[in-house]
Amino acid sequence: MHQALTVEEEISLNNIRSRLSEFDKQRSRVIPLLQMVQAEMAYLPPAAITIVAEYLALSESEIYGVATFYNQFRFNPPGKHPIKVCMGTACHVKGGDIILENFERKLGIAEGETTEDREYSLERVACVGCCALAPVTLVGDLVQGHMAPSKVEGTITRIQVENERKEREKLQEESSE
Amino acid sequence: MNNKTPEQNYALLYAGAEKHCNEFRLAPGAKIHIGLATCGIASGALETKAAFEEVIAQRNIKARIHTVGCVGHCYAEPVVVIDHPESGFPPIFYPNVTPGKARMLAKLFLEEGDPRLEHILGATEENDLIPTVNEFSRFNMEKRVVMEKCGHIDPEDIHDYIAEQGYSTLVKVLQNPPEEVIGEIKQSGLRGRGGAGFPTGQKWALGRAAAANEKIVICNADEGDPGAYMDRTILESNPHQVLEGMIACAYAIGAHKAMVYVRAEYPLAVKIVSRAITQAKDLGLLGKDILGTGFDLDIDIFQGSGAFVCGEETALIKSAEGFRGMPRHRPPFPVEKGLYGLPTVINNVKTLASVPPILSRGADWYRAIGTPDSPGTAIFSVVGNITHAGLVEIPMGVSLRTLIFDICGGIPNKKKFKAVQIGGPSGGCLPEKFLDTPIDFDSLTGAGAMMGSGGMVVMDEDTCMVDVARYFIEFTQNESCGKCTFCRIGTRHLLNILDRITKGEGREGDMAELERLSIDIKNGSLCGLGKTAPNPVLTSLEYFKDEYEAHIYEKRCPGMMCRPLTAFYIDLDKCARGCDACVGCCPVDAVFTTRNRKKGIDQELCVKCGECMVACPPEYDAVVKVSPPELAPIIERPEESKEKNAK
Repeated sequence: MHQALTVEEEISLNNIRSRLSEFDKQRSRVIPLLQMVQAEMAYLPPAAITIVAEYLALSESEIYGVATFYNQFRFNPPGKHPIKVCMGTACHVKGGDIILENFERKLGIAEGETTEDREYSLERVACVGCCALAPVTLVGDLVQGHMAPSKVEGTITRIQVENERKEREKLQEESSE
Repeated sequence: MNNKTPEQNYALLYAGAEKHCNEFRLAPGAKIHIGLATCGIASGALETKAAFEEVIAQRNIKARIHTVGCVGHCYAEPVVVIDHPESGFPPIFYPNVTPGKARMLAKLFLEEGDPRLEHILGATEENDLIPTVNEFSRFNMEKRVVMEKCGHIDPEDIHDYIAEQGYSTLVKVLQNPPEEVIGEIKQSGLRGRGGAGFPTGQKWALGRAAAANEKIVICNADEGDPGAYMDRTILESNPHQVLEGMIACAYAIGAHKAMVYVRAEYPLAVKIVSRAITQAKDLGLLGKDILGTGFDLDIDIFQGSGAFVCGEETALIKSAEGFRGMPRHRPPFPVEKGLYGLPTVINNVKTLASVPPILSRGADWYRAIGTPDSPGTAIFSVVGNITHAGLVEIPMGVSLRTLIFDICGGIPNKKKFKAVQIGGPSGGCLPEKFLDTPIDFDSLTGAGAMMGSGGMVVMDEDTCMVDVARYFIEFTQNESCGKCTFCRIGTRHLLNILDRITKGEGREGDMAELERLSIDIKNGSLCGLGKTAPNPVLTSLEYFKDEYEAHIYEKRCPGMMCRPLTAFYIDLDKCARGCDACVGCCPVDAVFTTRNRKKGIDQELCVKCGECMVACPPEYDAVVKVSPPELAPIIERPEESKEKNAK
């Protein structure tokens, strides 16, 4: 079940097509190409896999074979606010699984899923490498150290407040124009 | 480059770097050094920097900011060192500088000259006014070889490194015969810091001897161990030292191509290394005719995509070639047939970063550090239940007890030490009786753990060893590439059994089964991942048998970590009437008010997150955690509370 591509995603696909020539047509470029696609689109939609496969003259299944092997690549679109909960050793010892569970409960999705409105997605990551700050959560690119179950609610609320503020500003701008 | 000698070329670079740095060093006013590696940023160093900038601009203070890498004192992040000579004080090390503290320091210290002694950790130089940080064992018991410059230089500015004599070893190295470099490294006794401890000099000699026109050097920065971040910190704090080591290695074996294989999950490291490579190229330290010696070398970056098994060298090669990262049989070893079938020398970041200090100070100096069989230093990321967490570089041979209790300050919150986990998912958990084991490659392997890449997780009495073993098996099971049946299916079975045990569904015979499976997996796997995956199970079975027994026979978790085996309840004798502290913090509304206005926990709703225990004011301390859960007294939820909750 793949969602239809949005207009923005169609534009990204065109960008990807135009950037293909930066890469040599070599097998060893598979992973850098996929990384470029993911940097552009935040995930690997089937259409992009086809583009990469055609460019390298490999079968799509071969590309999927490589892509699914690595944890970095994802096949469903992430939310606008991707939340990653660290499950490294230090975070585990300090209760990372409880943090993850709280996010799951708060957002009503399971780990690896995206909320229906595509606002949030939830993932577990092996180790982000800030073990001294355990337990750690990443919201977008922002690292939050010393998480606690009670901070989960605040994290989500902060994003919501931030969103609402942006909405208001946008409305004000529009009305002033 | 030009027709100058390498010495002249280096002298030019050095003079340029010194001039560049003196512009900063000799500028009037204070210097503020802020650590901006990933962990610093995570603790809010960017906000701290912004706060300093804001006040400096507002009040027109004469001060300049110098962004540096990580000093390894993660417990103190964000770390700021302020050098304010006009105040008459030496450079001062400030820990935990929040934006608020930064504004205060900018006003009071930078402007008015009051260093606010209550906030300092110490001076970084000897002086008559204030004690130095060197009086703390966390500072003076370390021996910094690889990390000497980390946290002192700006990793994004090559001049900072050159002004500290960086790249100077190349002048001599690139003019001497390659055999001499290999000889020096052999002489130093340097062993690979990636975990296995293979002698580096010998690897290079094999690389040199391999007959091929093209050879390749790979720097392995695919640090996938959960709980280890030394390689990332080195790359983020001093990338040029690694590049210098790579150039020496490439020259020694006769390679003209090199690659840094770094995890894509380390975006800052990728960015800093890319910039370092560009800067080195611009100054003629990479590319064609390095320093005018006639030696060419190009270094590329390959971003690893997050597969733990790719830390294994043959899997790493497969992945760099664009395939699924599955290890293959050795021999042929990569030094004979590696990337694209070419002889390839793969070294860990720390190994390569050890090379420049060895070449500049000599093999004998290096040999004098550490033990005869494992010379040099070891870098550990000491994390978990430990007071002074962070990166520690110590001479080999220091005991675990010294490292954990003397250097890192021991276990916080007056808890007892239970175990230390060394070597990540491939290592083992060592109990208290092994605390006097010296840290070196052979002693740790003898104890059932291994050096690994240097992750060290300290666990206190509240940690459940069965759960820790389950955690590691879950990780390796997930990361098993699937090539060998024993690793692929065996780890799955191990996980199933451990899952059952931690849920209180353990059976007679489980322990024997775990042990048999573990041994079979070790024997039946090709690469290091499978061969070491059962180590956490085997060591915990051996040293913490009683915990397995408590789980299986008494359905009790001694560390009270396995949630199905624990319960929380509120001690009505201690609970304060009318206090609501625990109500708001419960994520599932399991806390209810009893008829006499005290609180109770609805065991059916409770998810055992433990927040109520944190929220309960210490003067009442009424929340109790017990295992097995049957020990919790049953407190009926009044009907009206149920209805209220349903609404």
